[in-house]
Amino acid sequence: MSRSPGRDLLVGVFVLLGLGAIAYLSLAVGGASWQRRGGLTLVANFDELGGLKTRAPVVISGVKVGQVRAIGLGDDFRARVTLDLDPTLKLPADTSASIVTAGLLGDRYISLQLGGDPKLLANGDTLNFTESAVLLERLLGKLVHNMGTTDKNSQ
Amino acid sequence: MVDAVRRLGAATSGTISDLGAMARFLLKVVRDALTPPWRLLNVVDEVYKLGVLSLLIICVCGLAVGMVLGLQGYNTLERFGATQSLGAVVGLSLVRELGPVLTALLVTGRAGSATAAEIGTMVATEQLDGLRMMSVDPVDYVVAPRAVAMLLVMPLLTALFIVCGIAGGWLVGVRLLGVDAGAYMTSLEHAIDLRDDLAGSLVKALVFGVLVGWIATYRGYTSAPTSAGVSAATTATVVVASVSVLIFDYLITALWGV
Repeated sequence: MSRSPGRDLLVGVFVLLGLGAIAYLSLAVGGASWQRRGGLTLVANFDELGGLKTRAPVVISGVKVGQVRAIGLGDDFRARVTLDLDPTLKLPADTSASIVTAGLLGDRYISLQLGGDPKLLANGDTLNFTESAVLLERLLGKLVHNMGTTDKNSQ
Repeated sequence: MVDAVRRLGAATSGTISDLGAMARFLLKVVRDALTPPWRLLNVVDEVYKLGVLSLLIICVCGLAVGMVLGLQGYNTLERFGATQSLGAVVGLSLVRELGPVLTALLVTGRAGSATAAEIGTMVATEQLDGLRMMSVDPVDYVVAPRAVAMLLVMPLLTALFIVCGIAGGWLVGVRLLGVDAGAYMTSLEHAIDLRDDLAGSLVKALVFGVLVGWIATYRGYTSAPTSAGVSAATTATVVVASVSVLIFDYLITALWGV
């Protein structure tokens, strides 16, 4: 069979298009990336995660600066969360982390509040000040319980 | 009564020997594809026929499916005031299920049937016997390049289908219905995981590529050398390949754990 160069070119373009689509999906949509390598890694320990998941965003004043890389159980049976942050960030040593909710029932994410310590956090440091997730169910339970006792007191 | 039992037995052993013949055929195709001569130019020609010529239908269908997902998803999410998550709905449905499955079904109809008919006609017109007379193995020369091309083409077409679908959802959701463009892409990126979703999607596409290529070439190769035989082979290809794609989709989803 005689080769037609135009057809071979079309096949080449098709393969490039397909590979480009796979690359776009895995890099832009899937979130695989090499640029995050060499980021600032911090560890924070929490008593209650309340449904925090890996790849949840980490924000400062609402601006995304990183994401949750790993969640595990520490030696003291507290949740150990590894954060992957923008390497250009200079965070004071008394920065605190809290787990908050987007809206009433939305996704959990981590918000960082900066302190005033002149010392800076280095790669691999642990955040000492953390605030755990507020569980709505537990809060409601407490509220109902308290209402019950106040009713008895008023009678 | 005894006759019915005998017929059941014949049907059972017939099915089993058919499956065995298919497995031996697959082994031979794999061996011929992996040992030289590799017939790379034949594979390129088949990639053109199976892939390039399917490109338009894949892109158009992807766009249409994405647009429908955008519209349906928006109408449902609007009730809960959660239209911000439209990107996640469109993206997850496309990546996990619709992309690989619909691409496999479309390729079965567009290219699998053509492959079976082509090989079947070669059987009917004794072209394969001609090859054998020249001591060219027809499985090596005709069948293996087609099966390899099907395996290569399926992941590429699936990825293109998904990208077109995401674009279609974006067109309807963002352009038409006024969802925020940033919210659409952010929820999409946030929902789709590389290992769980995208890798699973490509595994599905590869398995479907093997399935469709295998069934189409086997049915064509074993078709009766008559015009009725070729038409029966083509029909059987589309039916068997579509059903097994859907069954294997469930199995992969259950095993992959997504």
